[in-house]
Amino acid sequence: MKLVIERRDTSSTLMRFAAPVASIFVALAFAGFLLLAAGINPLEAYREILIEAVGSTYGLSETLVKATPLILAGLGVSIAFRMQIWNIGAEGQIYIGAMGATWVALFSGLENHWMLMITMFSAAFICGGLWAGVAGFLRARWSVNEVIVTLLMNYIAILLVDYLVYGPWRDPQGFNFPLTAQFADAARFASFFDTRLHSGFFLALVFALLLYLFMERTVWGYQIKVIGSNPQAARYAGMRTGQAVFWVLFLSGAIAGVAGFSEVAGLQYRLQHGLSPGYGYTAIIIAWLARRSAIGVVIVSLLMGILLVGGDSLQMLWQLPIAFVYAFQGLILFFLLGSDFFIQYRLKLIRGIRHG
Amino acid sequence: MKKTMVMILVVLLAGFTGHAFAQGKQVKAGFVYVGPVGDAGWTFAHDQGRKEMEKLPFVEPSTYIESVPGGAESARVINGLVRRGHNLIFTTSFGYMDATIDVAARNKDVVFMHASGYRTAENVGTYFGRMYEPRYLSGMIAGKMTEKNIVGYVAAFPIPEVIRGINAFTLGVRSVNPDAQVRVVWTQTWFDPGVERDAADSLLDVGADVLAMHQDAPATLQAAEARGAYVIGYNSDNRRFAPNAFLTAPVWNWGPLYSHIAQAVHDGTWSSEQIWWGMKEDLVQLATLSDRIPADVQTLVNERAEEIRTGNFHPFTGPIKDRDGNEALASGQIMSDPDLLSMNFFVEGVIGTLSN
Repeated sequence: MKLVIERRDTSSTLMRFAAPVASIFVALAFAGFLLLAAGINPLEAYREILIEAVGSTYGLSETLVKATPLILAGLGVSIAFRMQIWNIGAEGQIYIGAMGATWVALFSGLENHWMLMITMFSAAFICGGLWAGVAGFLRARWSVNEVIVTLLMNYIAILLVDYLVYGPWRDPQGFNFPLTAQFADAARFASFFDTRLHSGFFLALVFALLLYLFMERTVWGYQIKVIGSNPQAARYAGMRTGQAVFWVLFLSGAIAGVAGFSEVAGLQYRLQHGLSPGYGYTAIIIAWLARRSAIGVVIVSLLMGILLVGGDSLQMLWQLPIAFVYAFQGLILFFLLGSDFFIQYRLKLIRGIRHG
Repeated sequence: MKKTMVMILVVLLAGFTGHAFAQGKQVKAGFVYVGPVGDAGWTFAHDQGRKEMEKLPFVEPSTYIESVPGGAESARVINGLVRRGHNLIFTTSFGYMDATIDVAARNKDVVFMHASGYRTAENVGTYFGRMYEPRYLSGMIAGKMTEKNIVGYVAAFPIPEVIRGINAFTLGVRSVNPDAQVRVVWTQTWFDPGVERDAADSLLDVGADVLAMHQDAPATLQAAEARGAYVIGYNSDNRRFAPNAFLTAPVWNWGPLYSHIAQAVHDGTWSSEQIWWGMKEDLVQLATLSDRIPADVQTLVNERAEEIRTGNFHPFTGPIKDRDGNEALASGQIMSDPDLLSMNFFVEGVIGTLSN
């Protein structure tokens, strides 16, 4: 008797939706044992996580705040994934986008709110886009692997921002701490309901809609899909794959750059070290789980927001160590990613095979 | 008449209980930590202080949240503590400054104390310690113990707090050994045992025979122990990690300060101020000196310590030259607190750069 892994010919639509949902429940069951071992009733813990994350206006607003950069960066990563282009550099593109927006906010001399918003947005979009575009150019011109280039450029981006906040952009009134000055009110997003929920969230939703339309309703979107699934056929059909690689990475980085704009204009009001605690990397997981669909990115980002925000309550109510919270969040991700495997493959028991 | 008497009694009673309430306010404290409580360093020391404060009769069991990243993320955690009824909140890392101010502005009835920053508000005070005092003393020991005249210093971020420590340490080294140099390596992290270990090893590789550090993990101690060098710890008495190499450590003793603040909140006498205590108040100390330090050196250090405690000696007394030989402080001058707090130059004897 033998256990083999077999690729599924087709993956049913039902399975695609059922598997992630089922995997969440399996993960919760496993994590439940962890909680029991720590002497905590799992059902009560899960209830508290939900209450923390969505049980009040405040909790909900924080979940949306948390999801905002994840949606934007996730959209950026997923559009490149559609073309089988692996942009691992969203983290760096977030930093570079934030850098562009910060330059406008602090040094452009603009004072009008809408002028500032439009210029900051454009600066973030272009900076993030060009940053990723370097990888696109290298890939199109000399077939340099974009995984390596985008990944390594993350370190350059973060160090560049460090250089600016420790050096030329440091707040003259900041006692030499590595922070830029705070943005003027005109360079900040509006926030709502006396919470931290800011315009960035709605910007992210607009981007999700635009990207959906772009992918499903335009020739460019169609080309991206064709090139992604069969580059040779695309070239045969006369598509300019080299240019497409550059532009898809540009767009990918540009949207991640907007995430950086949203973080500095909506939440932090200045540029500083540690601007993004790894949103660009989480975005890769999100794009993967969302199966590169724009709507999927929004849903998965919101779930991720609940997981991250709700995790606070485990510490706050039961004083569980942070390692436990990480283990809990890791378990959920593990099962979600695992379910992806079982959508594409199945395990099969084969009886009666002789081993010779 | 009877009615009036009752009225007066009620008013008196209300006044009395109201008064008693103001005097006897129960304190429920929350702590936001940058590392895990088991880091054997910075966060561990704060947690010891928290436990000592809890012994006060009017202090209810307190809550801590560990490994909270700085920046926007921390505002949610701080707000979570407020919403769960904490009326005194300690945010124990520089990265929480903006978030503390932001949450405090929405919760005027809660007292916030932020460690190591400079922004205050009506309900936000700051607190920190003159760690440069024991740093100077530990430098004297390093200067006496080094044979190769190379002392290594593993440092986290080039911010004023860390630079001040390096300079005080170096002034101490050079006060007893003008030929010695202090070599600095930046790690860009408060807590990352692997990175800290690499930095310590690199200093041992260039010939340092005494190490000092401004980090939260004990990795530098372990590196010195493994290679037979001497080491000066930091944060808390962590000699168990380096039984042979350990000489002493400038350590935090937060208990008295936390108790002092809790008392003030309880009494209703708290008001926003910037607390900067030193060895005189026992907030910072030098851990028990190792037997490996010769008796005459111990005597020398103990005498200096007494001079600092009684206010007869200030480590930053001119003449002080900067790394390039320019005068940084004229002879006989004592550096002002604002200059100390925004320190951004290296004194003579430091080998290293101020950027990362």
